[in-house]
Amino acid sequence: MTNGAVRRIWGLMYRHLMLYKRSWPRLLELAYWPTLTMCIWGLTARFFAARTGSAGTVAFGMLLGGVLLWEIALRSQMGMAISFLEEVWSRNLGHVFVSPLRPWELLATLMSLSVLRTAAGVLPAVALAWALYAFNLFSLGPVVALFAANLMLMGWWVSLGVISLILRHGAGAEALAWSVLFALTPFSAVYYPVSVLPGWAQTVAWLLPSSHVFEGLRAAFVDGGVPYSQIVVAAALNGVWFVVVGALFLREFRAARERGNLLLIGE
Amino acid sequence: MHAIVVDRLCKSFGEILAVNGLDFSVDPGETVGLLGGNGAGKTTTIAMLLGLLIPTSGNISILGHDMARARFAALARMNFSSPYVALPQKLTVAENLRVYGHLYGVRGIEERIATIAEQLGFTAMLKRATGELSAGQKTRVALAKALINRPDVLLLDEPTASLDPDSGDFVRSWLERYRAESGCTILLASHNMLEVERLCGRVLVMKHGRIVDHGSPAQLLAKYGRDDLEEVFLDIARDRNRRIPA
Repeated sequence: MTNGAVRRIWGLMYRHLMLYKRSWPRLLELAYWPTLTMCIWGLTARFFAARTGSAGTVAFGMLLGGVLLWEIALRSQMGMAISFLEEVWSRNLGHVFVSPLRPWELLATLMSLSVLRTAAGVLPAVALAWALYAFNLFSLGPVVALFAANLMLMGWWVSLGVISLILRHGAGAEALAWSVLFALTPFSAVYYPVSVLPGWAQTVAWLLPSSHVFEGLRAAFVDGGVPYSQIVVAAALNGVWFVVVGALFLREFRAARERGNLLLIGE
Repeated sequence: MHAIVVDRLCKSFGEILAVNGLDFSVDPGETVGLLGGNGAGKTTTIAMLLGLLIPTSGNISILGHDMARARFAALARMNFSSPYVALPQKLTVAENLRVYGHLYGVRGIEERIATIAEQLGFTAMLKRATGELSAGQKTRVALAKALINRPDVLLLDEPTASLDPDSGDFVRSWLERYRAESGCTILLASHNMLEVERLCGRVLVMKHGRIVDHGSPAQLLAKYGRDDLEEVFLDIARDRNRRIPA
């Protein structure tokens, strides 16, 4: 990466960091939902754990671990898509796209912002889980970082798909930035094993990196081992999805330049 | 070498032919006005020059770079201002200029911001949120953004639209001075005939996506037998009273 690319990426990141500095509701919103979700699921899991003995204690860990890790996928996806939408809402895309910022640098910026937004959103919830329920997500060891990385990658390619649709359909597609990953939650087997899904849904589930991550998480809680095979499959699926969605993005970006959508996208 | 070369440029949106076989060039240091009514194809042409729109056919070369193959090399030496493309409103003026200073790889950003703010008379506004500024102040800031990288080619789309006469005159005077000092090439799309007459050495008049006439403001006035460009514009737009010598 050249110095010029680093400066351009930093320039656009700086624009977003200053936005958060001046807008406390945006900053508060980052941690609001992850913390609220963790509190609700934590209370629910503790209620059941108290009534089901040691099995309930393991289930408590699986559930709360699942909630916190799924928030990583949700926040990384929203973080990237909403950062793009901030440019649409401020009618600034025209200036950004006539600057020397390359499309890949724009994506690198959005991914970097997504990391920061996810950390700002999920880490307070992780700390609160430890404070309220004595649940330490990192007790599973370094494998947690591999789970988190795979879920973050999944959030990014889903977001890339959302941005592609915004490029095609304009701001009318912005609702997808909040909703699309929720639609994948049932297939991601966050709170239950893939085996409880109907046959056709299991097929969908195994195509998603998230289902492998959460199967691996449950295996780690039950066996205490590191489920490398699940992690490798999740990473491979992320690679495949990135290629597929990346091709879609390139096609839609070119189509947007052919149709003039880069100027009209906020209309 | 020309600063801008446009060769047989066409752009269609489905059945609509927005730009139809445009051919022109602009020399370094020249200021050229793009005149035309709404829907004449001015904004579409500027969007293609900036790489925001891919032409249906034809070629664009800016500062020797083919915009289809090497647009980023050209974009680093260009800039653009339009009242229809905003800067983030929550950021202060200085922050916005800092963002674009980084995007264009400007060295000594803080000094550049201080200099340009002083020249354009908004030093006192540097710490104010861009959204709190008046239309005239925003136009100065947008101009500062467009000049942050000391561009060799500047594309201006109606730079004084919605400004009061005093602010409009300030911007026009400043552009005249800047062009004289920097030797910057300017392509200006405007509906303001006085502005075009004052700033442009040459005018390209567009209608239905084509250049239907061109020349210096004085040449066009003589050709149409008119006293001001507004009447020339109306003659062309309405196909009326043409008194063009044979």
